[in-house]
Amino acid sequence: MAKTTNLIEVKNLRRTFGDGVQTQALRDVSFSVKPGEFVAIMGPSGSGKSTLMHILGLLDRASGGEYKFEGKNVNSLGDNELALLRNEKIGFIFQSFNLLQRATVLKNVALPLIYSKNKSNRDARAKKVLESVGLSHRLNYFTNQISGGERQRVAIARALVNNASVIFADEPTGNLDSKSGLQIMKILNRLNTEGHTIILVTHETYTAECAQRIIQMKDGEIISDEKVEKRRGIHSKDVIK
Amino acid sequence: MFQAILQSFTTSINALWSNKVRSFLTMLGIIIGVGSVIVIMSIGAGAQNLILSQIESLGTNLIAVIPGHSEEEGFASVMSGFAVTTLKYDDVQSLRDNRDIPNIIEVAGYNKGFGSVKWRSESYNTSLTGTTASYLEVESGKIEKGRFFTKEEEKNLARVAVLGNDVKDELFGQSDAVGQRIKISNYTFEVIGVLKERGVVAFEDYDDQIFLPIKTAQRMMGINHIGLIRAKIDSEENFEKAIADIKIALRGQHNIKDQSGQSDDFSVRSSAQALGLLTMITDALKYFLTAMAALSLLVGGIGIMNIMLISVTERTREIGLRKALGANNFHILGQFLMEAVFITVLGGLIGIAGGILISFLVSVGAQILGYDWAFLILPSSILFALIVSIGIGLFFGFYPARKAGKLNPIKALRYE
Ligand SMILES: Nc1ncnc2c1ncn2[C@@H]1O[C@H](COP(=O)(O)OP(=O)(O)O)[C@@H](O)[C@H]1O
Ligand SMILES: [Mg+2]
Repeated sequence: MAKTTNLIEVKNLRRTFGDGVQTQALRDVSFSVKPGEFVAIMGPSGSGKSTLMHILGLLDRASGGEYKFEGKNVNSLGDNELALLRNEKIGFIFQSFNLLQRATVLKNVALPLIYSKNKSNRDARAKKVLESVGLSHRLNYFTNQISGGERQRVAIARALVNNASVIFADEPTGNLDSKSGLQIMKILNRLNTEGHTIILVTHETYTAECAQRIIQMKDGEIISDEKVEKRRGIHSKDVIK
Repeated sequence: MFQAILQSFTTSINALWSNKVRSFLTMLGIIIGVGSVIVIMSIGAGAQNLILSQIESLGTNLIAVIPGHSEEEGFASVMSGFAVTTLKYDDVQSLRDNRDIPNIIEVAGYNKGFGSVKWRSESYNTSLTGTTASYLEVESGKIEKGRFFTKEEEKNLARVAVLGNDVKDELFGQSDAVGQRIKISNYTFEVIGVLKERGVVAFEDYDDQIFLPIKTAQRMMGINHIGLIRAKIDSEENFEKAIADIKIALRGQHNIKDQSGQSDDFSVRSSAQALGLLTMITDALKYFLTAMAALSLLVGGIGIMNIMLISVTERTREIGLRKALGANNFHILGQFLMEAVFITVLGGLIGIAGGILISFLVSVGAQILGYDWAFLILPSSILFALIVSIGIGLFFGFYPARKAGKLNPIKALRYE
């Protein structure tokens, strides 16, 4: 009982795509993540980072191996149970924001709540998280009326609105200028100090530097997994170099 | 649940609004189909109402004899264009005077034609009805002014005329018609009476006619047969018996030995039966319109399915995102089903409005033509149209919606 249970635990995870010519996106991945960790996953394009994120985020199923989320074996769960877990425990942040164009900032953030068990006060809850990412003045804007950095902050607010325990961010700064990117990293850093587990895919070393742990991937395998001294915050000089 | 529906609803409106023209075109089939349903049901109800009132005002105690053999229910041969000349003035007389048909109160004979009437400089085209003096009794007509012609005038080829109410108004306006001389096809007639207004009954405008003694009319038209005989019966219950008696009497009169009816050169039916023909026509129209409505609903439904499939493809990424945020297959299925139903119900509502408008115009048109046509929209027909709209949305929306629900979230998120 003294041992903290792992939030995420994968063993010999494999993922192959295609019927005829098969791509082995993940070959044999094993590692675990404890609650509250900030993990950066790095590696060249095509090394399987996004594939791993999708499986960890319960959007995809592994072709082989074992995955335990909060101690529960995920392989045996049905699609609807996975959907519910995604809704209640997991927040996604994508490189391309993935916001609904036809909806306002507020409605985008409230979106996960319509699939939630607790549907009360959706707008109020959405407003609260938007405030925490500094977007109170943009509530009724449409998403094409705000900047890229603001869009990604909307996406973060959306990931937080149902109080996710783990946030998966797949190259969240990839489409942003360095100043907005820095702002996003500051928010992620703050969320981590507030207790959220964060798993971040990035190929920018400066963003990886907020993490306490860096996993390097290549050709669907983990080639290194090391703890790093977490820096106390990040500063603009890190970006300018 | 309700909130989810409400949310789907707003999403649907947004999605539709962003494609206004496309949405409208998609709805068109449903609009036409549902509109037709409303029109059919309204006209059906109106026609039924009309037929009932016609039967009532024509009298339920009339028996018609028409020349020529015909099957029990079908059109009489006279209606197919041949002038059948098997009924004569003597047949009317023999039925009138026949002691073996106790249920007959009165009998009238008819010949119909058209002609131009002149009075001074006024001229008017109208129907000419040659009939017997018994007309008023048989048809329950009423005299407004003057009198109807007598049996003697009927037999003596008298040049007297009784005017329908409209004819009087057209020719004489406010001035007095009785006692005036009018010209019908160069024959001079004396107007001896004007009938009370009666309206249109069974496609016949009673006010737009001139009534002449039947023999006078025959002479003028150059014929010696009769187009129609009507007999008034004492009571509805004696219909069957009276019809049988009339058949026997006419067979005797025409020297037909065969009592099976196969050799009859005349047909006998009740006026209600004659109106049954009207029912047949409106029914045929109803079936035709129903088929049209069904067809356009089918086309509309396929259109909905098509547009929903396109919509699912266009919004693949959105579906992937929603799933990533926690939507399960049923949420997505529900959302797209809701959208399909939203389109069909909106189309249905427009169709209902259009159908009501058309039904109203039809009733106004019928009233202008003189029919006692009621504008009827049954609440049940609106309910039915709404249910049909929802049903079509559910039926044709299901396949695309299920397809959307089943989309693999990562494939959907990767979709460009
Ligand atoms: N849905 C898929 N179908 C087929 N191949 C895929 C699919 N997803 C990923 N792959 C392949 O798996 C490999 C890893 O992809 P990905 O996880 O996206 O890499 P990364 O995010 O590290 O760039 C690539 O070769 C990619 O082409
Ligand atoms: Mg990737």
